Amino acid sequence: MPTQKTVAATGNTVVAEAMRQCAPDVMAAYPITPQTTIVEEFAGFVAKGRVHTEYVTVESEHSAMSACVGASAAGARVMTATASQGLALMWEELHIASGMRLPIVMANANRALSAPINIHCDHSDIMGARDTGWITLFAETAQEAYDNTIMAVRIAEHPDVLLPTMSCLDGFITTHSIDRVCIMDDESVTGFVGQYEPQNALLDLENPVTHGSFAGLGGPFFEFKKAQREAIERSRAVINEVGAEFSALSGRPFGMVETWGMEDADVAVVVIGSTAGNVRHVARQMRDSGIKAGVVKIRCFRPFPYAELVEALSGVKAVAVMDRAESFGAEGGPLFLEVRSALYDRTERVPVINYIYGLGGSDVRLELIESVLNDLSEIAAGAVAPDGLVYLGSR
Amino acid sequence: MANLKELTHREDRLEGGHRLCAGCGASIAVRQVLLGAGLEPVVVGCATGCLEVSTTIYPYSSWKTPFIHNAFENSAATVSGVEAAFKGLKAAGKIPADKKVKFVAFGGDGGTYDIGLQSLSGAMERGHDMVYVCYDNGAYMNTGIQRSSATPKGAWATTSEVGVAQQGKQQRRKDLTQIMAAHNIPYVAQASISHWKDLTMKAEKAFAVEGPAFLNIFAPCPRGWRIPFDTTVEIAKSAVQTGYWPLYEVEDGVWRQTVKVMNRKPVVEFLKPQGRFKHLFAPGNEALLAEVQTDVDRQWDALQSRFGSV
Repeated sequence: MPTQKTVAATGNTVVAEAMRQCAPDVMAAYPITPQTTIVEEFAGFVAKGRVHTEYVTVESEHSAMSACVGASAAGARVMTATASQGLALMWEELHIASGMRLPIVMANANRALSAPINIHCDHSDIMGARDTGWITLFAETAQEAYDNTIMAVRIAEHPDVLLPTMSCLDGFITTHSIDRVCIMDDESVTGFVGQYEPQNALLDLENPVTHGSFAGLGGPFFEFKKAQREAIERSRAVINEVGAEFSALSGRPFGMVETWGMEDADVAVVVIGSTAGNVRHVARQMRDSGIKAGVVKIRCFRPFPYAELVEALSGVKAVAVMDRAESFGAEGGPLFLEVRSALYDRTERVPVINYIYGLGGSDVRLELIESVLNDLSEIAAGAVAPDGLVYLGSR
Repeated sequence: MANLKELTHREDRLEGGHRLCAGCGASIAVRQVLLGAGLEPVVVGCATGCLEVSTTIYPYSSWKTPFIHNAFENSAATVSGVEAAFKGLKAAGKIPADKKVKFVAFGGDGGTYDIGLQSLSGAMERGHDMVYVCYDNGAYMNTGIQRSSATPKGAWATTSEVGVAQQGKQQRRKDLTQIMAAHNIPYVAQASISHWKDLTMKAEKAFAVEGPAFLNIFAPCPRGWRIPFDTTVEIAKSAVQTGYWPLYEVEDGVWRQTVKVMNRKPVVEFLKPQGRFKHLFAPGNEALLAEVQTDVDRQWDALQSRFGSV
């Protein structure tokens, strides 16, 4: 069993620590709030000679991911970190990284997208990148950010998968708050992630390969995309397998979907990220006043765990889906669309209400979550569900 | 430098059978540059463009050396990542410390002067041990001859049309070679496919330096320039002889003209055979034509004053 030490540290610090322990050959990164302390701390490891990593201080996020693509295709273990506008600037390259099947690992400090400019937490950056083909893990706490980052390496580099993987943590709330985190010893992490064995590496000079071919003109583009879909489908088993192995090692649970109180819940809240803790806290309190509330936390958004979600929600009478991102003009936020679609095949119809909350770091007070559970309780008892989505706590 | 006989015995790392047009200047540039890389392994990166789409049609590849295409604006950043991987894997002990590999990124003028300028500037400033090669044919040829910031003033292009309101491109071209020289990197040179020996020598020097090097290679496009495909080399030679495209290098800050031009010819000799400049010779455009000559003279004189200076 690994030696674990408990430290008081921010999410960013422990993500940087996880990256150091996973020993990437290349890190290519550009600073952006609230990701900065990840790349600063990592630069410190480089300066102190604590990592062998070649650190490429690029001139933009587009070049960060471009360099990651080049380095990963060359056969290196590659990592980076970004947030918000940076992720948006990378968008083109996110598709290329997954299309070229490169197991790059990236941390994203979830932050609102402009305009108006805002540096605080929401999920509009990552939700805007949800169809880029990246496996996407979300952390509720600094501990999960640390754990997810280590697991991401194993998942991404698995020969059945070979897809880039993102480890997302909520900007400021998780990136900058000091939390209690268990850090494993270096040897255990090294042993867990193992060595990366690249396939078709550019630097395998005796076997020259061409990366990034042209597959237009009636070429097999369509089949490439199908293969990509098959790979992310295969990743479900790998994620669960890696998660189980990591749980056994660390003693901490992992599930693509994690539940609280769902055994007998009448109403449930589906949520992603740091707000899950607040929702659990409120749900626990409300159980004292007779509302059987449960919480479903999505820890892996891509691939989307629809089967696990449906199972978790079986038997509930009303569901709230909390979206920290918009999908303007759609029927609801990105998570809502996924959840309601997942529930479509169930014979029993259940009201699903979409709450948009916390955009640009707008405060998610406990009373607001209480109001969601009260609404649900009334709807479960027969009250009419609101028509359309609800902007939770907007002025 | 290896002599012609020796060069002929070197393997072409860009194979024939690719789909570039007859008379394409880009493939000549690539061949000479890769000959200049010597016998060491070379990893090639390439921006989106004619060179890339015509040589990597899946499942075929014309590259007998490791090759990567990523996107349009980032061949410099991509190859900088490959070079970083080489260093990182050496540091990890996965590649022997004495292993030598060359890295080269190619891009057309659109992918270099315009959309890829930031990526190029960043890679050069960071000091990667790589060569960046721009094959300059003065427009976005792959998408259908649209103007770029390398398109000469007065040239017709599909987004700088000729009509009663304007006579081709309204603006002067950007001097990218000098912009790259201002990066104070070990080696910068301007070359032409018409002067194979000068070009190969420059490629050898570019690969030999520790750190970044930049080559700007004049590479005519018969399709875009509206010239017969068997005149590519002639027209490139004419660009050199008229002073439109001076051949020089900047080695550790020392500027040197590598091909002297005695009796510099009037620029019309370069312009006249090209369909893209046809309208400049129509009555009423005499002033515009004179302006092109004035610009060439001015640039020529400014450049002469730098040669021999530090």
